[in-house]
Amino acid sequence: MSDADEKTPLVLVVDDVAHGREIFAEYLEFRGFRVATAEDGIEAMDKAFELRPDVILMDLSLPGIDGWEATRRLKQDERTRAIPIIALTAHALASAHDRAKDVGCDAVVTKPCIPKDLEAEVRRQLALRGGRAGN
Amino acid sequence: MARVAPFTAAPQPRGGVGSRARLALVDALLAEQEVRPCAVLALRWLARHTGVERGLCAVVESESGRLVGLTGIGLSLSSVDSFSLDLGDRMHPLIVALAGSEPVAFRGQGLRQPLDTPLGSEPFYAVPLAGQGDSGDVGSGLLLLSGIDPASAITATTEAVEEDVRWAAEILGMRLQSLLYRRSQVDERRYKREQSWLFGIINAVTDPILLTDGDGKILVANASAEMLLTADDQKSEGRRRAVALNNMLFSASIFTSGAGGGPSRHELLLVDPTEGQDLLFEVMSTPVKIRAGETGTVSVLRNVTDLRRATDEIEENYRRLRIAEAETRAERDRLDLVLNSALDPILVTDPSGNIVLMNPPAERMFTVERGGGSEAERRVRANDAVFTSFVSGLYASQSLRWRGELSLVDPQSGATVPVEAISGKVLSKHGEDTAVVTILHDLTEAVEKQRLYEQVKRHSEELREKVREATAELAEQNELLRRQAFQLEQASAAKSQFLANVSHELRTPLNAIIGYTHLLLEGVSGEITRPQREKLNRMDSNARHLLAIINDLLDLARIESGKMPVQLERVVLQELIDEVMTEVEPLIDRAMLAVTWHISSEVPAIQTDRQKVKQIVLNLLSNALKFTPQGSVSIRLEHDEENENICIAVADSGIGISEDNQKTIFEAFQQADSSYARRQGGTGLGLTICRRLASILDGRIHLVSRLGEGSTFTLVLPRHARAS
Repeated sequence: MSDADEKTPLVLVVDDVAHGREIFAEYLEFRGFRVATAEDGIEAMDKAFELRPDVILMDLSLPGIDGWEATRRLKQDERTRAIPIIALTAHALASAHDRAKDVGCDAVVTKPCIPKDLEAEVRRQLALRGGRAGN
Repeated sequence: MARVAPFTAAPQPRGGVGSRARLALVDALLAEQEVRPCAVLALRWLARHTGVERGLCAVVESESGRLVGLTGIGLSLSSVDSFSLDLGDRMHPLIVALAGSEPVAFRGQGLRQPLDTPLGSEPFYAVPLAGQGDSGDVGSGLLLLSGIDPASAITATTEAVEEDVRWAAEILGMRLQSLLYRRSQVDERRYKREQSWLFGIINAVTDPILLTDGDGKILVANASAEMLLTADDQKSEGRRRAVALNNMLFSASIFTSGAGGGPSRHELLLVDPTEGQDLLFEVMSTPVKIRAGETGTVSVLRNVTDLRRATDEIEENYRRLRIAEAETRAERDRLDLVLNSALDPILVTDPSGNIVLMNPPAERMFTVERGGGSEAERRVRANDAVFTSFVSGLYASQSLRWRGELSLVDPQSGATVPVEAISGKVLSKHGEDTAVVTILHDLTEAVEKQRLYEQVKRHSEELREKVREATAELAEQNELLRRQAFQLEQASAAKSQFLANVSHELRTPLNAIIGYTHLLLEGVSGEITRPQREKLNRMDSNARHLLAIINDLLDLARIESGKMPVQLERVVLQELIDEVMTEVEPLIDRAMLAVTWHISSEVPAIQTDRQKVKQIVLNLLSNALKFTPQGSVSIRLEHDEENENICIAVADSGIGISEDNQKTIFEAFQQADSSYARRQGGTGLGLTICRRLASILDGRIHLVSRLGEGSTFTLVLPRHARAS
């Protein structure tokens, strides 16, 4: 994590697969975002309440509390309700996407995903909230 | 009387007849008590002693005031009876002679016209009889005598004859007068006596009898009639009124009935003056002559009040009897009708078992037709025996009804007729058996029906058994199918899950590959050399190709498992094609081809799945661009109005497809030139997916191509896709 400005948007990247976390975390940091990571649903929620990230990238297939459930809980909580959550999933079926939308995901991005495209979606979500984009 | 001389003082005869003869006449006359024989004696005496040939004795009849013929000699009886002269005709020569005391001679020639007498035109003497008639100024009678000629000169002989005639007339006149006087005395007494008898008789008759004159005034009435029709002042007012009313009614009835002239009969309603009730009388009226020129009426009234009542009662009873009889007849007719119209044999038997009544169907079974033959007779006897034995069972039992099944034989055909017999006892008021009514019901049909029913039942049972077996088998098959379907479903679900998992598991490492490649290309891990960048780009390109294949496989799998969702909406194809053109713009730019489009604005919007149509068009257009190294590509949107279809044709002047390959081009991984295709980044699944998608949308894709000259793929869509 860089010692970037407090004002730099913080992205929480949730993925149980190490390289999944690493690729997007590294790229977004490279692109000037602050990045935090979590390996499962519990950790994702803990980090979300603790850090209040500006955007959460949520993998859906997670051990224990999965991405759908974590999103549902975060979207029900006053403290985290406003945080945009982008589902980031290898599930390609429409049904998985629909479920994600149903629990409160603001956008769904299918893996594999070109890092540049993901950054564009993050910036779009931040722009929608009137937040500042890094760099 | 003064002129009648006593017989004893008869004058000395001066005529030709001796005293002895005169005395004989006097004796004879005195011995005779009747008028007519006396006259006959006198005339015969004159005939014997004076030569009189024919003679008529006429006497005065005071009641009628006429001189009428009494008797005669030498004359016909009718001429005597018809002789009659009016005493009032004073100028008549005979009346004149009657009034005189001397014989008058009529000689015919002296008269202006001959006198109409029984003696005809001969000369005759008219000699008055002695004595006086009732009328006083004429004699009591006249003798007309012929045979003694008054025309001859008066001689001693004629004088003697005249003297004898004069004497006989005097004697006869006196005798007749005496007889007539005595007879009137006798008649008077007898009349009085008979009148009292007559009154006795009519009073003894209980029926009222009346004699009325022409004005309806009562001349004679018997006691019963007086009771009804007369009342003196001592009687009560009510009685007087009743009598007055009766008189009025009676008079009126007499006048009405008297119109006919002959005897008549009519009814008359009067009031009993004592009791006050109505009395009905039958009145028999007979006209009678009461005096000269006046007709009265004798009425006999018969009280028919009771008779009428009795008659009415009898009539009423008779009427009732007729009605009852008619009812009975109707009842019997009805019964006969019922019996005769019944198809089943009906028999009535008396307590001795004899058949007393049968309807026609019964007759067919229990009687033999004339000439029926001994066989038929034998069968009828057998039937009779069976029937009698059955009925005797009922008489022997205490029950009122008896049912049984008998086996009879048709007398004509000899066929066995099973019948059901139902008998009922008919009991009298005292509970004695009077008859038994039996109805026989032919069971032939029922038996046949029963047999058929059994047969049907058996078949039905067999059928049911077969159905049961079949059903069981079917159920088993169903169960098997259900299990198979379940297994298939499970398999399908497993397959879908498997595909989803495969997709997921392939994507995860692919994500890593593409991700890291991009990190390197982006220079996240520091600057890279040109050869490194080239190699990284190759990695990226292949990774993306792999991704495309994975995506297509997933699509295909979903289509084949029927899990591809279809969302129908109104799609404006012109707009859709614009979008597609925009998306492939980079490809067009790179291909350096002349791309033209002919989009008809006349094509209507259609009902279809927008995303799928777009995917197909995009695919077709991409293919056209990929497989056309140089030349042109065109898109044409048309409305096939004839078939109500919309066509989107994508044509290129590219490499074309051989006829052999056209057959397989739509199959998975069948690219016409795989090496070329791979260079162009095709997955080999595009057309397969396009054709399947078109099919989902009720459309199709067809291909026209020639190797080396280009291809035209046409998507044909209906205006309204059916929601599957």
